[in-house]
Amino acid sequence: MMSKIVKTTANISFPFIVIYGLYIIAHGHLTPGGGFQGGAIIASGLALLLVAYGSDWIMDKIEESKLSILESLGALGFISVAFLGFIFGGVFFTNFIVGMPILFGGIPVSTAADINTGGTLPLMNFAVGLKVIAGLFAIVLVMAYYISKED
Amino acid sequence: MQGRMLLAACSLTVISTFLIFGALLIHPFGVPNAYKMDQYIIDNTQNESGANNGVTAVVFDYRGFDTLGEATILFTAVAGVILIFRVVKKE
Repeated sequence: MMSKIVKTTANISFPFIVIYGLYIIAHGHLTPGGGFQGGAIIASGLALLLVAYGSDWIMDKIEESKLSILESLGALGFISVAFLGFIFGGVFFTNFIVGMPILFGGIPVSTAADINTGGTLPLMNFAVGLKVIAGLFAIVLVMAYYISKED
Repeated sequence: MQGRMLLAACSLTVISTFLIFGALLIHPFGVPNAYKMDQYIIDNTQNESGANNGVTAVVFDYRGFDTLGEATILFTAVAGVILIFRVVKKE
């Protein structure tokens, strides 16, 4: 629990951090970055909230078991995309969406950045991003809560 | 205690010898020994994986098993930390 100045600063900067992290995740197949990096950015923004408001307040909003479920969902999504490649393409981790006329199926014609390309890469980026957000924030939250309850 | 220190010194010497020789034998920066695979990835990334970012194409597509292992490491780390540090509420 910090002063009002810290809370106000965290309130103002938190949405921008989250938007920037989501941008890094969503453009993982176009620009430098990806699921791991964007997830780390969003998790550090959540750690800013944790510093500003204290772990009790965060624990009232979301518990670490819910974060654990989110992380497992990310891992399951990652592996199921890989298994879909096994089913449709014959090999584990096949990029089976490329060339098909569905979402993310396009092939870039030049160096121009088109978001509707990449095949399974954006899906895997989203899954890994969810996993890293939930995992890193669960680590920080559990440790902070343990320290606050220690004495 | 003396034996443990001796063992630690011996293992440190052996490991650092291997590491130093490995560092001396490494090829110079920017001059790869083999470039066929690099050139293949540079040429075919856009058509095969549909991504403009070659690094993401390598990490998630060409070398996906490495990323799977990375995700497993993160999962194990989170599971271990939550197992150790979780506060069990006494109701």
